[in-house]
Amino acid sequence: MRNLMEVSSLDKDLLQEKDRQLKLEELLTKYQNTPGALIPVLQQAQEIYGYLSPELIRTISSRLRIPASRTYGVATFYSQFHLQPRGRHIIKVCQGTACHVRGGSKVMEALKSYLGVGAGETTADLKFTLETVACLGACGLAPVMMINDQTEGQLTPAKALQKIKSCD
Amino acid sequence: MRSLMEACCQLCNHTPATPCSKYLLCRTEGPLCHDNDQCRQQRQRFIREVILPDNSRSQIIVCGGTGCSSSGSANLVDLLNQEISKHGLGDVVQVKRTSCHGFCENGPILHIKPAGVFYTKVKPEDIKELVTSHLINGRIVERLLYQDNSGTVYPYFWDIPFYAGQTRLILRNCGQINPESIADYVAVGGYRSLVKVLQQMSPDEVIEEVTLSGLRGRGGAGFPTGRKWASARKAPGEIKYIICNADEGDPGAFMDRSLLEGDPHAVLEGMLIAGYAVGSTRGYIYCRAEYPLAIQRLKIAIGQAREAGLLGSNILNSGFAFDIVLKEGAGAFVCGEGTALQASIEGLRGMPRVKPPRSTEKGLWEKPTVLNNVETLANIPFLMQMGGTAYGQLGTAKSPGTKIFALSGAVTNPGLVEVPMGLTLREIIFGIGGGIRDGKGFKAVQLGGPSGGCLTEQHLDLPVDFDSLAGAGATIGSGGMVVMAEDTCMVDVARFFLAFTQSESCGKCTPCREGTKRMLEILERICQGEAELKDLEDLERLCRVVKSTSLCGLGQACPNPVISTLKYFRSEFLAHIIEKRCPAGVCSSLVKYSIAANCRGCGLCRKNCPVGAIEGERQQPHTIAEDKCIKCGVCLAQCKFGAVLRL
Repeated sequence: MRNLMEVSSLDKDLLQEKDRQLKLEELLTKYQNTPGALIPVLQQAQEIYGYLSPELIRTISSRLRIPASRTYGVATFYSQFHLQPRGRHIIKVCQGTACHVRGGSKVMEALKSYLGVGAGETTADLKFTLETVACLGACGLAPVMMINDQTEGQLTPAKALQKIKSCD
Repeated sequence: MRSLMEACCQLCNHTPATPCSKYLLCRTEGPLCHDNDQCRQQRQRFIREVILPDNSRSQIIVCGGTGCSSSGSANLVDLLNQEISKHGLGDVVQVKRTSCHGFCENGPILHIKPAGVFYTKVKPEDIKELVTSHLINGRIVERLLYQDNSGTVYPYFWDIPFYAGQTRLILRNCGQINPESIADYVAVGGYRSLVKVLQQMSPDEVIEEVTLSGLRGRGGAGFPTGRKWASARKAPGEIKYIICNADEGDPGAFMDRSLLEGDPHAVLEGMLIAGYAVGSTRGYIYCRAEYPLAIQRLKIAIGQAREAGLLGSNILNSGFAFDIVLKEGAGAFVCGEGTALQASIEGLRGMPRVKPPRSTEKGLWEKPTVLNNVETLANIPFLMQMGGTAYGQLGTAKSPGTKIFALSGAVTNPGLVEVPMGLTLREIIFGIGGGIRDGKGFKAVQLGGPSGGCLTEQHLDLPVDFDSLAGAGATIGSGGMVVMAEDTCMVDVARFFLAFTQSESCGKCTPCREGTKRMLEILERICQGEAELKDLEDLERLCRVVKSTSLCGLGQACPNPVISTLKYFRSEFLAHIIEKRCPAGVCSSLVKYSIAANCRGCGLCRKNCPVGAIEGERQQPHTIAEDKCIKCGVCLAQCKFGAVLRL
């Protein structure tokens, strides 16, 4: 029984991988001859795979006919691109001015201490990635963080930890 | 005919392929090409539904901005609809989800029209009572009304001091119309300026009107918009570009986000008019990826405008063609700078280049390019509607019009505030903003984000416009206004801004790359109590060098917060350096928490400590483990007996 389940989950992984490859192929075909396509391609490729692996960067570079060094140059320049796998839940703690003067850094300290990782790092169980962001534009609710796509406002260190603990 | 934007009968033939010059006028005042009462009535019915229902009907507006959504407003729409249909009120009450009202901290907000009753902090469990009491029995639910610090209750929208002090011209549609519906925008007079421009004015006349108004760019530098358009029009070349800079990255500024989320069509209309004036057929919107809702609404708006034939070829049968591409930013503050933004659209690292040539001569793909900020473009339809001369009467002589500020920090009513240029800081912070929260004292206001500066009590009566602020060492910048109370450490604030610019420096030029790094190191030493007086001299010299030798605006402006805090709060720097003390009790290396002997052992501090640094038996004095303590001060705030001490 156990074996069967393992096989079926392996199949699922393979199917998922196939699906990703198809999506990537579609993306590369669409943008192959568009000038200035590198950034949107990296963005959408990252959406498909979750992060930009060395193989992915090589594939993109050769198909868009851009040297891999330039692709790396762009991928490392913008904060949105990730060269490492990320956690299932992305926590973005706002470090904007309004959040700062209302205790945003204390929220960050508490999260760092609880998760045991620093800014930009992922927990060993791949559950959480902790990041900072310059401003989420929700200054009226400062201090603020985003858990995945959900904005959480008017935080205290304790309230922030409570939100994290309720993530599955 | 199922919506305002559709044809009323077979006689109406407007499509993008067969454009009609009277299309928009026909939708709102028509039909114009045939006389049919039934068609006319249908249109009027749609318009009534959008703008304001007649007296027998009412509209419940649920704020769907980022702030209210995060406090749970989406849920309220469903609950309201359920409750309304349960009571059979579907014909007389319409529920509508709009965008940000700018009063985020009091969300979720419910605004009932036409009466204008304004409910704040509405929870799901309040909906039943709201429907029975307000809608059925006509009694206002008093406990959900906005109440100010003195306890005065305000039932109506415009009486609330936060709104009463404002002049909402550019924000007029935000929170009033559904941003995901082009019909809503058209019904309130949208795209009328485009019609006027295309049918009655030559491109030169449009530029003349903008020049006459004296409008200055709202992105920060305040460059005259008319002059920018004129030089792009004059520049040789067939292909020209219009770029909308929606890469609002200043920490503490969010007016562009609100405009994009609340009134995206106004920005598109501004771009269309700019395109016509300059002779461009292609526009780009470069929007921050951190604003997912704004991106989503822009996509919807662009799609709707294309479908209606307001983007594409031969718009409204005028021969003018224009289309817009939406580009998502990838997270780099420096891309707010024009030439860096253009490099990013071209798929390169977003690094600025030396000017001249200006973008109006050689911009995107080396073609003449006009780059305008979101708020500037949102001003255009309004400006064209009222005329340049009349627009020039608003605000001050050298800074005409209104400006939207993002008021935040230690102020009672944080939010988005639109005021005529020339209002004083005091009127904005203490009038509209309601003063400092929690009864604390005012210390400083930080204007213009990382390129701005801090002003003090002595500047409160300064009129807010481009020139008078620059004289005092701050700038309007993009419009961030962060109020700081007495418990803010100004050295920490200077360090905060420099840490930001240092990490966002693109690294192309040495003064910015290396200079900010050295400046930050000095500021960190000061905050840790490890600096000497000599460091202060070095810091000031670095400020001068970085300011005068950096390549782009980011480097040239990044010393501003340091210079202005040094100028107005020097004694705080000296306290850190000489006495090794942080007067505001913020810098964690210089602060220590401990518990005095009069601790009753109630355990409140231990319960609330986020890192478990407090130990002790019940009813016995507690202790703080210094190695675990993150100095968040929660224990101090929680203690009811004054037993927690900050040393």
